[in-house]
Amino acid sequence: MESIMGVHEAALLFRARRMEVLAANLANADTPHYQARDLEFKSVLDERLGAATLKTTNSRHLAIDPLASRDSLKYRIPHQPSLDGNTVEADLELARYAENAVSYQASLLFATGKINSLRAALTGGR
Amino acid sequence: MSAFSTFDIAGSALSAQSLRLNLTASNLANMHNVAGDPAAVYRGRQAVFQAAQDPFGSVLAGVDVLGVIESTAEPIERYDPGNPQANEQGIVYASSVNAMEEMANMISASRSYQSNLEVINTAKDLMLRTLSLGQG
Repeated sequence: MESIMGVHEAALLFRARRMEVLAANLANADTPHYQARDLEFKSVLDERLGAATLKTTNSRHLAIDPLASRDSLKYRIPHQPSLDGNTVEADLELARYAENAVSYQASLLFATGKINSLRAALTGGR
Repeated sequence: MSAFSTFDIAGSALSAQSLRLNLTASNLANMHNVAGDPAAVYRGRQAVFQAAQDPFGSVLAGVDVLGVIESTAEPIERYDPGNPQANEQGIVYASSVNAMEEMANMISASRSYQSNLEVINTAKDLMLRTLSLGQG
């Protein structure tokens, strides 16, 4: 059965994971040789929707979670690389973090709307 | 996977940056110290940061402080026979801490501290909203 949240559940997971990635970039804004990374929405969405997932036929098989795999993490190309090899641009990271937070809230709003309409259907609008 | 690791990541950065601020304060406070022996002079201290590795394979885990290193810059030699700490030749050795460098370091550390605090506040807001999902 499809989750009542639809795609928004996966979107929330993606946004939460990206929040961690961006937080790690900001935490390492002053670490020499740190390479900034980011999750790409399109690649994660493709992995979620696409058929190319590994099937698990035994309880001991490892399921591949696209959000946890390193492949969906991409290194950022810096606009202004710094001398110590750090590629974090703190102001840009903060802007992306804010954008990600707004998208997270948008997904939350959609999910709330789903719940509210389900509740309205169950109670007959009373 | 837990959304709470954002707090760990940003928290590790807060503690690293506050250590850096403390070291700057220590360097600025001791920059005018003199001694009669070059080995006894205060040396500037700097924190060394390293990206932390999560032992469980996830690549994201904030920042580690590897340690605190002392500056290897030579102390400044000054002829000051009136100073009670001068040696037999009337020489005192002053710390080589550079006030401008320390101030720049302080601004950088405080800006980083601020941005990580912002990360924590935003994450907290989002988590609280998520917890109240479907209520009302």
